[in-house]
Amino acid sequence: MIPEIGAGALMVALGLAVYGSVVAAIGGRTGRTALVESAQHAALGVFTLVTACLLLLAGAFLSFDFSVRYVANNTNLGTPFYYRLTAVWGALEGSIVLWAWMLSVYTLIVVVRHRTNARELYPWVLSVMLGVLAFFLLVMTVPAPVFQRLTPVPPDGRGLNPLLEDSGMITHPIALYLGFTGFTVPFAFAIAALVTGRVGDAWITTTRRWTITAWYFLSLGLLIGGWWSYHVLGWGGYWAWDPVENAAFMPWLTGTAFLHSVMIQERRRMLRLWNLALVIMTFALTLFGTFLTRSGVVASVHAFTQGSIGIFFLSFLGVVLVLALALLAWRWDALGAQGELDSVVSRESAFLLNNVLLVAATFTVFFGTVFPLLSEAVRGVKVSVGMPFFNQVNVPLFLGLIFLMGVGPLIAWRRASLENIRRNFLWPVAIGIAAAAVFRLLGVRSTLAVLSLALTVFVAVTIAVDLTRATRARLRMGERLPAALGGLLLRHNRRYGGFVVHLGILIVTLGVTGSQAWSVQTETTLRRGEHADLAGYRVRFDGLAASEESNHFKVTGTFTVANGHASDVVLRPAKKFYPQEQSPIAYVDYRLGLREDVYLVLGDFARDGSQATIRLQVNRLVSWIWIGGVVLTLGTALAVAPERRRAAAAQGAPA
Amino acid sequence: MTRAMRWLVPLSVLPLLALLAYGFRTDPRDIPSPLIGRVASPFALTTFDGAPVTLAALRGKVVVLNFWASWCNPACYDEAPVLEQMWQTYRDRGVVVVGVDMQDTTEAAQAFIQRFGLTFANAPDLQGKLAVEYGVYGVPETFFVGRDGTIRAKHVGALTDAAVRAKLEPLL
Repeated sequence: MIPEIGAGALMVALGLAVYGSVVAAIGGRTGRTALVESAQHAALGVFTLVTACLLLLAGAFLSFDFSVRYVANNTNLGTPFYYRLTAVWGALEGSIVLWAWMLSVYTLIVVVRHRTNARELYPWVLSVMLGVLAFFLLVMTVPAPVFQRLTPVPPDGRGLNPLLEDSGMITHPIALYLGFTGFTVPFAFAIAALVTGRVGDAWITTTRRWTITAWYFLSLGLLIGGWWSYHVLGWGGYWAWDPVENAAFMPWLTGTAFLHSVMIQERRRMLRLWNLALVIMTFALTLFGTFLTRSGVVASVHAFTQGSIGIFFLSFLGVVLVLALALLAWRWDALGAQGELDSVVSRESAFLLNNVLLVAATFTVFFGTVFPLLSEAVRGVKVSVGMPFFNQVNVPLFLGLIFLMGVGPLIAWRRASLENIRRNFLWPVAIGIAAAAVFRLLGVRSTLAVLSLALTVFVAVTIAVDLTRATRARLRMGERLPAALGGLLLRHNRRYGGFVVHLGILIVTLGVTGSQAWSVQTETTLRRGEHADLAGYRVRFDGLAASEESNHFKVTGTFTVANGHASDVVLRPAKKFYPQEQSPIAYVDYRLGLREDVYLVLGDFARDGSQATIRLQVNRLVSWIWIGGVVLTLGTALAVAPERRRAAAAQGAPA
Repeated sequence: MTRAMRWLVPLSVLPLLALLAYGFRTDPRDIPSPLIGRVASPFALTTFDGAPVTLAALRGKVVVLNFWASWCNPACYDEAPVLEQMWQTYRDRGVVVVGVDMQDTTEAAQAFIQRFGLTFANAPDLQGKLAVEYGVYGVPETFFVGRDGTIRAKHVGALTDAAVRAKLEPLL
């Protein structure tokens, strides 16, 4: 029965979403609030139905209901409980259910939060949200029917892709999708602003928290994806410029650009057109990401299966882009700037440059991602651009962005005087240059690494300079140090939240630089009792053991790692043989450290356990990437916390 | 920007959409095998019925070598009828179809053969040794060996009637 109930519920939800989207638009056009209220009820109905479908699907997985084709294809009787839950969104159809569910949650939050505070925009926002939701419900009904019945019901299923049997599979998709779907809200507000002609700054102020939240989840999704890649895929890296990684990275880049450029609009009434274009671009890129992952147009390790679904996504992407840009063209005259750029040496121009670099990075990533297609269309040859292209083009852009990260927050608005520059940047620049010299003397040979580290130091010092100065001002007012510092962070939480996020990015940069510049690896075959040496570590092969797990067969190697001073560590990398996979899956073992990780992969081995081939890596500073993610989280929390500044100002406290 | 010009903005996305749509016509998995044009690796297998099949004995015929497994659902299940149909259609025109069942159990493989009533030669390669020599990285994969014993084409994924026409006809 489950397939029929689920499919039926989805159809009703689709009908409701279409209805809600249409009546909300009519309500917005005619000002009839009854229609908008009806659309609200429709949104509630959609949420309820999609939630029910998600629970139904989870129930089908937990009870091994193989009459649902999707369940039979992605689980078998040996799949552990935990992974039966994550299998719900482990493949194409289920991932769309999760996506639609999050979108319905966001829609509901929009109803609750903005029903009264954005009166003119609200009906159109609701209409756009429900319209997008309707599209995903359509996908779930026609090209990717999650509740399709399988007859005859097989006694056992095929099993989940073993690579997805990992704890990262619960957090990575959820964070990533929260980010992707989150950008629907600012997009809906942008469209509402264009339709109603209220292209002023109201929509920007209203969506600030939404944008930060979506951006944060996207960042988190990317970082967790890197972690998954690092500790599951066993190639020792966290980022490969794979098309699907790029697909998630591009909206992150434009979203970052948007977060910064809205500040200029809020402050200087400039860049209205640009901000609308950025939001449209970001949303379109999230759709492009789903298109890329699910259409099979570009080969990728992460891709889902292909089918007619790609055509649905492409058509929707086309409709969204053409409609949104047509609206932009229609309102062109109203989008002129009210302020103008006074000087090249100003905060405005630092932010503008930041936007230019971010969009340039987006463009190169986009170009590199679709290049195989372009090359095939034009020259008839399938060529991929690999990591070298992306690294060569993007690394300078990113270094430029880090530099601006130090300049932007401190340089004066409008026109920076020499005094302003000297006061803010003398120390950071001096310490940055000194740091570069020290790194050089310490033996850092790569110029890029020196540059990257020196820039990191420079930005960190600008943050320190700002914080010290503001704290001192408070100390002079007679506050104690903890109170001064705490008050500063809480009253100016937007500014200091931003600084903490910047700090998080710097820490991630440190990890990326370190791992790129100093990681070492070796590959060797050892007989039992023999050892391999790398970077001060001695790895001894102690033996192999085989075991039968619930859904696979596992061969585990035991290795003792000694590094002279600390006590020995035993690492147990393994190879897992799943009946449904033709090649074994490597199970990496590692010991993480702040300075470096020891990372061990088991390759080929002799069946009698007498010898094994291993890949041993010592990866430097990688842990800082994950630590940076934690700092990023704290910074975002601070930035979206309710502002206390206005309340404080009302009491006459110094701002 | 003039009034007319600004309407070009929404139209500017059309070339991009066209490029992406073009992607549907191509197959990203259609990666040219380095083995194409090379002499096919010789094999000597014994079919499930106990008859020997060797590539050497098939010299002068067009050989369609199909790697499959009973656990490969749905692709292998989809293509099984296509393979049988191809065998029936082309057997009189000098075409031999050889199925290689890799990393499988004999019982499951025989059940699969019975289920689809396959009549062409099917041999087990339970360890997947031959698959390694042909650089197979997933099932199903199909190699088309010309009369001269060289690999002329390769198909990744479930075989379709269209693919048979495109890849087999030129070799006849």
